[in-house]
Formats: sequence, C-alpha cells, structure tokens
Amino acid sequence: MMETKYLIIGSSHAALEALRAIRQADRDGSMTMLTRDGHMPYSPTILPYVVSGRSAPDRAILRDETFFAANGCAFVGNATAVGLDAKGKTVALADGRSWRYDKLLIATGAAPAIPPVPGLDGSVPFHVLRSLDDAMSLRNAMGAARRAVVLGGGLVGLHAAENLAEAGLAVSVVEMRPHVLPGYFDAKASGRIEAAFTEHGVKLFLGRTVVAVDAPDGRSCTVRLDDGGAIEADLLLVATGVKPVADWLSGSGVAVDRGVLVDDTMRTNLPDVWAAGDVAQAKDFHSGTQALIGIIPTAVEQGRLAGMDMAGDSYLKPYAGGVPINTYRFFGRVALSIGQAAADGCGEVAEQEGGGYRRVVLADGRLVGYASVDEPFDVGIMGELIRRRVDLSGCKEDFLSRPLETGRRLMSEGWR
Amino acid sequence: MGTAFDTIAFKASACDGCGKCMTACAEAKQGASRISIVSGAGEGRFELSLCRQCGDPKCAMVCPAGALAKDEASGVIRWDANQCVDCLLCTAGCSFGGISVDSHTARVAKCDQCDGDPACVKACPTGALEWVTAGSVFKKYGDREDMFVPGLSGCQGCNSELIMRHAMRKIGRNAVLATPPGCIPGMGSVGYNGKTGTKVPVFHPLLTNTASMLAGIRRYYDRIGRKDIVVMALAGDGGTSDCGFHAVSGAAERGEKVLYVCVDNEGYMNTGMQRSSTTPFGSWTSTTPVGEHMRGKTQDAKNLPLIMVAHKCAYVATASTGYMEDLYAKLDKAVEASFRGFSYLHIYSPCPTGWRIPSSKVIEACRMSVDSNFVTLWEYTREGGLRFTRSPDRPIPIRDYVKLLGKYRHLDEAQLDHIQARVDEQVALLRMMAAEPVAAE
Repeated sequence: MMETKYLIIGSSHAALEALRAIRQADRDGSMTMLTRDGHMPYSPTILPYVVSGRSAPDRAILRDETFFAANGCAFVGNATAVGLDAKGKTVALADGRSWRYDKLLIATGAAPAIPPVPGLDGSVPFHVLRSLDDAMSLRNAMGAARRAVVLGGGLVGLHAAENLAEAGLAVSVVEMRPHVLPGYFDAKASGRIEAAFTEHGVKLFLGRTVVAVDAPDGRSCTVRLDDGGAIEADLLLVATGVKPVADWLSGSGVAVDRGVLVDDTMRTNLPDVWAAGDVAQAKDFHSGTQALIGIIPTAVEQGRLAGMDMAGDSYLKPYAGGVPINTYRFFGRVALSIGQAAADGCGEVAEQEGGGYRRVVLADGRLVGYASVDEPFDVGIMGELIRRRVDLSGCKEDFLSRPLETGRRLMSEGWR
Repeated sequence: MGTAFDTIAFKASACDGCGKCMTACAEAKQGASRISIVSGAGEGRFELSLCRQCGDPKCAMVCPAGALAKDEASGVIRWDANQCVDCLLCTAGCSFGGISVDSHTARVAKCDQCDGDPACVKACPTGALEWVTAGSVFKKYGDREDMFVPGLSGCQGCNSELIMRHAMRKIGRNAVLATPPGCIPGMGSVGYNGKTGTKVPVFHPLLTNTASMLAGIRRYYDRIGRKDIVVMALAGDGGTSDCGFHAVSGAAERGEKVLYVCVDNEGYMNTGMQRSSTTPFGSWTSTTPVGEHMRGKTQDAKNLPLIMVAHKCAYVATASTGYMEDLYAKLDKAVEASFRGFSYLHIYSPCPTGWRIPSSKVIEACRMSVDSNFVTLWEYTREGGLRFTRSPDRPIPIRDYVKLLGKYRHLDEAQLDHIQARVDEQVALLRMMAAEPVAAE
C-alpha cells in the first residue's frame, strides 16, 4: 500500500490547478497524481487540433516530469482507479495496487457518452475523441477514409467535422437538436455556423436521430436515420456528448447524481473527499442548483478551490457558480458565447445583425448572457459583468450600442 | 527577495484620449493595438484596457495548449504563436480585455511591453502612460545587504522602514549614520541593550545638533584622508525643520559635506503625534485638535526643501516612496553631491498611525499626494537650477487626496479651498523657479 497526503485522481485542468493551489499553501505535504491515461498531462480541448495536425501530440503536453519533480508530486500514469474505501481512506487501482490518502481529489473528468443505438454496442467500429490516443487513431484513420459521418453537432463533433472536411473527406453531421451547438447559441447564431459548414460541403442532418448503425462488410458502415434516410461512411465518429467518470465510485458512499455532487468548496458528502472539473456537479451560477458545466474555466476554478480547501488555505472563498463559456473557431471565423446567451424569456434580448451578429441578454438591468458570431468581444470582461451582477442601467444605451468599449470602460474603472 | 516587475502605469486624469499610444502600438506590432483607450464615464474622461501581466494569470491557466506563461525574468505573460491553437479561451480568462482577437491576423494579441521599452509610453504626450521601473529597483536592491536588524518596530504600513532599509542598501557599509530622536531611532536603528541596530556606525545625537556633529565627523575624515565615507543623517521633520533647524541651516551655509535625509511625516509622530512646522494646514494632531472650536492646524506648513534651495546647497531634492525609481535616482545624486557640499534630500512619508490611514493605503496616499501636487517632485543644483522630475501638469483635485486621510476628515469647504489655493500657489512659485535655471557660477 502506497501512502500520500494529497491524492489527486486525474491529470487535466482541475487536477493541475489543485496541485498549484495545494503547493501555494503547503510546500511539503506529499502529493500523488494518478491518471488512467498513459501520457503526461494534456487538455481534452487540444485534441481536435491534434487531429488536424495543428498541434503535434508531444506538443500538447502541458506539464513534464521536471515540473512534477520541482513541485514534489509523484505522477503515475496508466493508473485507473476502480474503487474508493472512504472509511479506510484508500483508493484501489485496476492493477491491484492501492493508495492510502489523507485528502482525496476526484478529478477523473468525463468520457464519451455512447447513445444506446443498435450497432454502437461494439459491433460496428467507430471513433471517439476524448484522449490523445483517440486523437491519434482518428488522425490515422482520416488518411484512408473518404466518407465520414459525425454523430453530434456539439463542439467536439463540429471541430472534427471541419478537420475531416479540410482533409478532403465527404462529411455528414447528424444532430438530434434542430441546431448545432445547442445551449450556447440561439437559432440565428447557429444558423451562421451551419451555413459555413454547408458552404464547405459538410452535410448537416439537423433534428435527426440515428436509429441504427450497421456494417455488413465490417469496414464501411451505414448510418440509418429516423426519417428513413441512410448515410454511408467508412469513418464514423461518435461525439454525442460526455458523461462524468464516476462509475468507479459506486458503493463508496460518495453522492453521485449526473456527476459527483459537491458543495461550494468542492467537498463531496464524505469527509476528506473533494471533486472538481468535468466529473463534478457543482453550483450553476445562473440557477443556483448543481449542474454539469464541463469547460476549462470551471475546471480551473473548481480545481483551485478544491486545492485551497484541501490544504486549509485561509484565503478560500466559496464558489460563485459556473458560467457556461464557449469560444469557437470555425473555418477561420469566430463564435463566442457566455452565460445565458441562447436563453429566451429570461429577460431583455438585444440582437444586432450586420457584418457580424451579436445577442445580448439582460435581466433586471444586468447582463446575463452574450453571444456573437463574426464579431469578437472580450469574453472575460462580459463574464465579470455577469458574475459581479454589475448594474448596467446607468449605461445601458452605451452598452448596447458599443458593448466592447463600454465593458472595457467598466472594468477599467473597477480596477484603477 | 520577492518578485516585482516593471509595469506600464496609467494615470486616467492625465489622458486626453488622443489615441497616439494605440497608433504607436499598432505600428510597433504591425497589427491591432494591444493597448486600448476607451471613453470613460463623462466628457473628456478615458479608460484603459491593457494586459496587466498578472501574477496569477487566468489566461494562462485556461489555455489548453500551453501557449501562455509568465516569464520569470520580466514578468511578462508570453504568448507562444507556434504553440497557440487559436481556441480563444484565454480571452475568457482575462477580466481586463488584455488579450483579445487581432482582426488583422485572426489570432489573439497581447502586450509584451516591447521588451522593456514600450512604444505606447514613448508616444504618450501627456504623461498618462508611464513606464514604471520600481520593480527592477526593488529586485536589484532587494538582493543587496540589509544594513538594519531584521525586526524594526515601525508601525504597520510605515514607509520609513522602506526608506531606511533601501537607502542604506544602496549606500552600503561605508557610511556613518546619525539618527536623531524620532521614529527612525524609535523603531530600533540605534539598537537595544548596548548593541546597535545597524551594520554601520550609528549614533543618536540630540534633536538640536545633528548637522553640527556630522560636520565634525566629516572634517575629521577629511583630515585623515578618508574620502569614501558617506556622512549622513536619517532625521525626521521635527528634528530638521524645528529643533534642529539652526544646525541644518548653519551646516548648509558653511557648505559642510554631509548627506542630510529628512523623512517628513508631517509631525512628531514618535512622541504622540504633535504638530511640527511641516504639519500642513487643517491637519489634526494631538496639539492641533479638532473639536467644537478648533479645526486642526491653523498655519501652513513650512516648505523646508525650498528653504534649503535658498541656502544654495550642492543638491536639494524632494522624493516620495510612491515613486521609488525617482527616489533612487535622487539618492545617487545626493550621495555624490555630499562629497562636494551640503546635500539635502526631503522624502515625504505618510504616517498611517498619525494620519489615520489604513496601512494598505499608504502607497496610494503617496501617489495621490504627488498626483494632486500636494507633494511636488523636483531637484535643485546650483548649476542646473530647479527642475521638476515629475510633471505637475493636470493634477487631480486636492479633495481626492485629502479624503484618503483620516486627519483631514473634519475639513470644511473653506479649509479645502484654502489648501487647494496654497498648493496652486506653491506650484506656481516652483514653476517660476523651474522656468529660469540659474546660470552656472
């Protein structure tokens, strides 16, 4: 049995940020980071760029051995946690080893959620895109393929679809919702993005669900849609979302809903067990209820808070809640979204359509959401205005006509 | 020592929105300007958005590609164009608009401080943008030998300790130091239990004879041929402008080769915050109380550094810990001048206890005292006359400064007007003196 004061399971943004926060308050406490991955830490967000060749796999690495040595943290790859005994304070690994901890952070992230469709149970080969190995395998497969089908019109699916199309494949995207990137963008914004894909020859099947996938010859496959249509493909990518990696906690007593439930300092219901990042179901800023917001900024913030709390840092301030953020590049263009930007009926909506498109959602004189396509804005500034609930009633006209300038002005006044 | 970095500072009150900084930046970077001046609240007011080179950079934390990192040497958040995948998440991390999309390149762009020579600052005609090198100063001198004991018992937030430690770090071991009664010996420079609190010879003269004793020490060193010793005082305003004034004036008049540093906290703070002749009009002190009839000090402060100019000293200068790079440059000149004649450095140093300001606001008070012209930064030599080392143009109103200080909480409109008028008058006089440099003798 190995022993460590701080045990961090996972090695992406939440885990790395927790490490940093712990080391700020506790220079010497022994620390160990376990990850089921075989590589040094990297970000899942980089993977589409590994597929496209923009980022080489070895350059995607965020921290190297030198970093872990300098920070007094043992890094253990290929270590899949399979069980937690919170009373005995031990974590069991798939290879039979186990670790005893004083404080545990669950940052196991998320894994692809495969829809219950006949054919996707393993009988038909398909790709997913969540790990570096997934990305390299997809990149290799691209070369030999001519026709690709992407299931899911979210960020991962669209990024991949663009990469595949740019690589010369005939690409189709199937999305069950009526628009791509649902939740982040309203119909008009999504419409611009969809048009760009269509222009680049990507076929979009929106509002369609897949009823079956079959592969009679074992190589190419047929994707059958609910309207009777069928798409042939020799490369299938399933990007229909992710689900937290929390199965290994069953029977441990850790409360899990869709993800691991945590309070405002990222504590689970069990003593000395924290969770952060994509695996955690923490407070949503808008609703105040616990929700999954699987993006880097929330992972970073949650990881930081968890690390501070684990190390007893007195500067800890409770979590304000996650705000959805999406920064998206497609075919060289820019789409950005923060907060309740796609919402209807939650306040006042101001849309502006010229060269670019923007949508500002206000409630009670305060910004709650902002999205744009082809018109970049300072996402971080708008995020601060949302999180601080800055009253814009005194400068509403300025804000709506010149949001970028006015946002900068408000923040400049705030920090001077 | 800790880490401190040089920075681009912005003085909103001096900005007229001309936009020359943005043009210069766009030109220097061959792309979108990294600095952005936007309209402020109200006519003629402007605000800034620019990378603050955070110590805890969120842009770097949220970067999935490892393309952003803080440079340990310069403090600049470096952007690696090759590593960046253009995901724009960094723009979501920044609360200041410091990293944003450059529409020329469709990539993010941020300030890199032009490697220590920022084009925007050079292009700014009003002094609203300033390249502040205090960070380098702290780093450089922080590594030098400290000449005082570790535990000086100054009040929390007091800048006198900063002045003492940094001045002596710069001057080094070849010095003889006089610390007449006041806060400086009070906090331990003369030592306890028969041991001194400094690594240089230190003594505790009377309030009245500091300059005379130093004059004697210098003459002795001259006689034995030691030309490398800095003979100096770290004195308070009371010991300089009141009780010790005759000695200071006499030594200056005789041209004694002495470095006299006056740390002016506007009163006898060490003994219970009594007024001195440098206590400004309207100030509360324990001897100029505020009550039903009395409203603080009824006389204006004596401008001691100007009086020292009238002595035609080898060097006279004013300084503030809010502008350390200025203070350091003057300290160099003052030390050099002290081998030629009487050298006088007047350092304004707010007293958090006696002025009733939170310790966290002391540096802000220093800066606002200068920004409002309550304190003016200048230097004088016989050859060059008087010159401002920091422009007194476009000051902030004196009210903005005094409202920071508890000792002025009682001021009424008439008193505020009086202070503003005296500050304006003082600056007008200095401007006249600065306009016509004295010809070399």
